[in-house]
Amino acid sequence: MGFSQTKDANGVTVLQVEGQLIVGNRQELKDLVQAAVDKGERRILIDFSKTGYIDSSGLGALVSISKRIREAGGELRLAGLNEDLRSLFELTKLDTLFSIAETPQQALSGF
Amino acid sequence: MTSPLLLCVRRSPASDAGGAGTLVTLRLPSDISWIEEAVELVVRHCLAGHQTTKKTRFRLQVVLSEALSNAIVRGNGENTEKWVDVRAELLSDTIRVHVTDEGPGFDPGLVPDPVTPEQLDTSGGRGLYLIRKLVDSVEFNEQGNSICMTLRRP
Repeated sequence: MGFSQTKDANGVTVLQVEGQLIVGNRQELKDLVQAAVDKGERRILIDFSKTGYIDSSGLGALVSISKRIREAGGELRLAGLNEDLRSLFELTKLDTLFSIAETPQQALSGF
Repeated sequence: MTSPLLLCVRRSPASDAGGAGTLVTLRLPSDISWIEEAVELVVRHCLAGHQTTKKTRFRLQVVLSEALSNAIVRGNGENTEKWVDVRAELLSDTIRVHVTDEGPGFDPGLVPDPVTPEQLDTSGGRGLYLIRKLVDSVEFNEQGNSICMTLRRP
């Protein structure tokens, strides 16, 4: 379980969530995003292709991360959610709040 | 690190589980780092020997994680000297899971609806909402420190 950070050819910061995004590690992701924003990164993609579960604390962390990036004049995109995870976003109507792409490639296209 | 989780599984315990085929109990300290293992243990024993859909497994995993998180963080205030008790009663057609903390309890009726436009971009308050959406019924004890979630098996 953890996070990995890369940058694509166009300079978009890509954070991959491996395992789970839950109450026990959400702060780590928030800190990673804050550090990226502090360094001047403004386009951030969070890739959930390797994520099995996101709890409500993780969803809440994404809401505050999104706000932080927006306030800095940047943009957050999400991608790679499996059907179960996607259903959590739909149930909580957070699918209306985030830009969600099927795959990281689709999210990066035109970012 | 030695696991502090106390698991007990009783097949066909008869009277004290309301006629349940299996009674699974688990006690864990109020430390969020044990939630994942606790959920895995309870879900595995709840579903053992039953034909289960992927959706039922996911629902059980989500609601148990949310209830444990609420009990540890909000109920017991992450005081590791306080415990959280899980009791799962497995009947032929339903799974009934109780999660009880040692906190003062709360009034579930006062939790705001997180999907209203005013609440949508707040960072908290989705746990109980998700539980209500994913199980067939939710009940609290009078004190508000014990939740009972019932899922019908498909």
